[in-house]
Amino acid sequence: MTIDTIIQIGFYMFTLLCLVKPLGYYMAKVYQGKFCKTDGVFGIFERGIYRFCGIDLEEDMAWQKYALSVLWFSFVSIVFLYILQRLQNILPLNPQKFSGISSDSSFNTAISFVTNTNWQGYSAEISMSYLTQMIGLGVQNFLSAAVGMSVLVALIRGFVRCSEKTIGNFWVDLTRTVLYILIPLSIILAVLLVSEGVIQNFNPYKKIQMIENPEKIQILPMGPAASQISIKQLGTNGGGFFNVNSAHPFENPTPFSNFLEMLAILIIPSALCYTFGFMVFDTKQGWALFTAMMIIFIPMLFLCCFFEQQGNPNFDSLSVDQKSGLLQSGGNMEGKEVRFGITNSAIWATATTAASNGSVNSMHDSYSPLGGTVPLLLIQLGEIIFGGAGSGLYGMIVFAIIAVFAAGLMVGRTPEYLGKKIEPFEMKMSSLVIIIPAALTLLGTAVSVITKNGVNGISNPGPHGFTEVLYAFSSAANNNGSSFAGLSSNTVFYNIILAIAMFLGRFGIIIPVLAIAGSLARKKHVPVSSGTLPTSNPLFILLLVGVIILIGALTFFPSIALGPIAEQVLSK
Amino acid sequence: MNIKRAFIDSIIKLNPFYLIRKPVMFVVEIGSILTTSLFLYSLFYNGEEPPSFILAVSIWLWVTVLFANFAESMAEGRGKAQADSLRNTRKDLVSKKLSTPVLKSESTLVSSSSLKKGDFVLIEAGDIIPGDGEVIVGVASVNESAVTGESAPVIRESGGDRNSVTGGTLVLSDWLIIKLTTNQGEAFLDKMISMVEGAKRQKTPNEIALDILLASLTIIFLLATATLLPFSIFSVTTSGKGSPVTLTTLVSLLVCLIPTTIGGLLSAIGIAGMDRMIQANIIAMSGRAVEAAGDVDVLLLDKTGTITLGNRQASEFIPAYGINKRTLADTSQLASIADETPEGRSIVILAKEKYGIRECNIQELDATFIPFSAQTRISGINCKGREIRKGSADAIYEYVKNEGGIIPTDIKLIVEEIARKGGTPLVVAEKEKIMGVIQLTDIVKGGIKERFAELRNMGIKTIMITGDNPLTAAAVAAEAGVDDFLSQATPEAKLKLIREYQAGGRLVAMTGDGTNDAPALAQADVAVAMNTGTLAAKEAGNMIDLDSNPTKLIEVVKIGKQLLMTRGSLTTFSISNDVSKYFAILPAAFASTYPMLSVLNIMRLSTPRSAILSAVIFNALIIICLIPLALRGIKYRPVEAKILLRKNLLIYGVGGLFIPFIGIKAIDMLLTLLHIF
Repeated sequence: MTIDTIIQIGFYMFTLLCLVKPLGYYMAKVYQGKFCKTDGVFGIFERGIYRFCGIDLEEDMAWQKYALSVLWFSFVSIVFLYILQRLQNILPLNPQKFSGISSDSSFNTAISFVTNTNWQGYSAEISMSYLTQMIGLGVQNFLSAAVGMSVLVALIRGFVRCSEKTIGNFWVDLTRTVLYILIPLSIILAVLLVSEGVIQNFNPYKKIQMIENPEKIQILPMGPAASQISIKQLGTNGGGFFNVNSAHPFENPTPFSNFLEMLAILIIPSALCYTFGFMVFDTKQGWALFTAMMIIFIPMLFLCCFFEQQGNPNFDSLSVDQKSGLLQSGGNMEGKEVRFGITNSAIWATATTAASNGSVNSMHDSYSPLGGTVPLLLIQLGEIIFGGAGSGLYGMIVFAIIAVFAAGLMVGRTPEYLGKKIEPFEMKMSSLVIIIPAALTLLGTAVSVITKNGVNGISNPGPHGFTEVLYAFSSAANNNGSSFAGLSSNTVFYNIILAIAMFLGRFGIIIPVLAIAGSLARKKHVPVSSGTLPTSNPLFILLLVGVIILIGALTFFPSIALGPIAEQVLSK
Repeated sequence: MNIKRAFIDSIIKLNPFYLIRKPVMFVVEIGSILTTSLFLYSLFYNGEEPPSFILAVSIWLWVTVLFANFAESMAEGRGKAQADSLRNTRKDLVSKKLSTPVLKSESTLVSSSSLKKGDFVLIEAGDIIPGDGEVIVGVASVNESAVTGESAPVIRESGGDRNSVTGGTLVLSDWLIIKLTTNQGEAFLDKMISMVEGAKRQKTPNEIALDILLASLTIIFLLATATLLPFSIFSVTTSGKGSPVTLTTLVSLLVCLIPTTIGGLLSAIGIAGMDRMIQANIIAMSGRAVEAAGDVDVLLLDKTGTITLGNRQASEFIPAYGINKRTLADTSQLASIADETPEGRSIVILAKEKYGIRECNIQELDATFIPFSAQTRISGINCKGREIRKGSADAIYEYVKNEGGIIPTDIKLIVEEIARKGGTPLVVAEKEKIMGVIQLTDIVKGGIKERFAELRNMGIKTIMITGDNPLTAAAVAAEAGVDDFLSQATPEAKLKLIREYQAGGRLVAMTGDGTNDAPALAQADVAVAMNTGTLAAKEAGNMIDLDSNPTKLIEVVKIGKQLLMTRGSLTTFSISNDVSKYFAILPAAFASTYPMLSVLNIMRLSTPRSAILSAVIFNALIIICLIPLALRGIKYRPVEAKILLRKNLLIYGVGGLFIPFIGIKAIDMLLTLLHIF
């Protein structure tokens, strides 16, 4: 571990920490309806949207209606995105004259973007028109993130409300998230990125003569990248404008743009912790969850850096100096951009898989076996270490409910979290939240490694090939969307099966979470006494971390042993 | 005897239709059946593993199920013995059924099993009461030891708060005419039998929630192990060596991973909790009530008998102007010499202790005693021409006025002052002259203040309920250290108080015995009715204290908490255990495909087969080792929640992580020593 690694990680974490409270406070005010009295500049838009869509601002929804609204909205989005891709050849803004996307790929991509997964089975610059990218994928970058955040806010209301049947209005939450949070933030980021050289245009692809070999022509893809990159980072989407995502110089040209994009990955999921604490009238609760995330995140980050800095054991015999130090990043540079080096690649890889972002600035497939285990494990923990915009925190709250249940029993009291009793119904729903992604990951991988269609997509032999499949299903079922690469996944088999995993992994969780919200809202508050277990002290935070790691590890340890661990021990 | 019965029971409980209610153990049983079939197959054909190994695994899997069944049977066994003795008292009797509730009315001899609710029955000395009922006519002493275990007879009489009788109890003297209030099979004794046996045990919400968690973990582990087969097949294909993981190994891994420890002991813990209540002489009408007791936040306690010793005691003599203190003491002693009430005794004792006034011989005095009567509300003595009276202030004032005396103003002031401080003034007069005042005070029970402090630590608020005026109540409340009090309490005020607390989200516990307590008992979340109380009170409550000791409420809370804690701690232990089992079984399972994975064999277990078998054996033995803990319950100390959590997490969480490493290694060493696998 070099000193500059520690400084860079320290600076990144410090900047992030400074932004948590202001942004979290602002978002809380937005959701409490106190920021905008539907007047002012944005208020005109908000009122206009409600009038245009026939939304009743005053309506308060029971959880069932909230859930139905989420499902209906997402269904319409999927259908729209599917049709848009199929018909892009006859629609405008298609300078490269791309043909319509195949039905299985369109289906996969539509579900992928609506579920905030942004798994990319396609190669963007050789298949998607500017129109598809902008009003299809770009718009879903905003909306899918906003859906996750709305569901989170509904869950928070469940804790706050007392003896009520309703948990808020989905349409209002959705509109406010997009208008007051996502649009302003992404405008700021997009402008900053453009200033660093990220492209933003509608030009046809450029043909450039190569310098060393003048008779050869290189095609440089163009397009409105900056506007999409800013929201793909902020909304934990991660679907790159170009195929290689933020490793591409047009998406991520400089160390500063890299820093901004890394910051954007974690900023909303982190700040939402403060929003949560503020809205439940106890900011310590929010910081407690944030701390629990950090306790898992920081060691993972250092581990990833450490393993990558170890270098490739196969080079040792070639007397290559792989030692990392102040003058060279050293270590395993395969699949990493030289302008980012080991540390910034590792921060990105850890952050993008902790949050369910999935964008990359280096290729995870090329990581050392144990270095690549870090992103894999972070995804498999259930995308709750920061996790997706909204979805990460609601997942974390579900784990907190389970931790509270275990702790409550250990102190001899019916468990309660934030003054709400945790009873069989909550446990039933929480169990679903834990089982569904685990089941999808394991079953999906199992089906793929024993069927011909599945095995055909695996390009690497041995345990590494197994890891690729495991990674793909972990990523899809937990709505991360990052790819280990190396797996040829744009086939009918993988497009369909991964789409199913993404769909169930998203809505199979949103529905139980909203059911918990509804059930909590109906309950009374239990007053705090010294018999109440505090849920913001170090002991509880450690218990929560223990529960997360234990459940994650116990579920996936065998598969990790057959993948990365086997690969590691074989390579020695 | 008990163990033998439990052993037989645990075999009967192998019935899959019974086990399906316990998903974790059901999965183990299915696994056992599967490995047994694999064993039989391997005897005749080429099996996946040597028959001896499959047989060993099968046996230990069956043993795991049997151990879990055994734990449950042991817990039930304790209750069953008690139920048997209760059942003996419920023999079929011949009862004297009356047509009308009059002693002289016509009686017919019928079998008690033919009696119905509403029938009138005459019970005479030596008869056993045929069913629960209400005394209509008569007074009798009744031996209720069949129900309470207390052999001293109690009085049952018509009217008032002692009019309820319980079926199966014995009338010792006199006679009673009762009206039956329940049908056969629904009586209190029947309820008790079924509670004790655990036959009607309903799962409590916490148990259901825990079941859900355990079932979910089982599903997750089922998925994790089931998918290992395809993963292993793929690994074999891609690495080109070894053979896929065997079913025997997979079943072993599954059984080791699913929470068998807690799954096997869960029902035993619940039954043992009920049993601890019974040992404390409390009959809980449902397990739900026991569990709710652990959650109680507010405790309503009657002042008299619970917080204070039932009786007021003399604490000071305050003479009237011009009278010597010693004279007053002497006079008071004389007036109380024949007074056998606790107050009277305490006056004699005080005079003796404080002023050395010896008790004079009653025979020598040649005195006539005037006993206390409800009419005059005074008592006293006439001797050697002296007429001494003592009584409440009002009564003595009237007596003195009748005798032609006057009431000095200083006496009135003293009386008021005592009342204000929470005491009871007793005025002493000799003929027309008032001698002074005896101050009677409530004596707060020793150690009660510490118990309330304990409760405060547990997060429970104590509230004293008393009929006294607010001043008196405040004084006693301060002395006893309760958090709050309700003075001049009426049944309505009690009910209102409970509702207020419940509306604030709190769980309220109270004790009561009178009919007027019934509405409040019915409203409270945990309501302990005294066995001496009325039927109405008993029916309104969800627990009955056979000792009729109101401080029991504190025990009830402790038992409730202990029950939850035992479950929680063993769950944590069970899940923490899994880590070690992965380290034992995974390297063994893939030894042929990826021999390098032996780096995970951190316990250095000798062979793959002994590793798997050791884990399975440990998993079964830990159930047996924990049976005593499950039955006894883990220790509960009344400390803050976070301290409890830290302690239990360290013992059961961290301990659960490391203990199996030692245990599995030890078993493996033993197997190696014996040259088994």
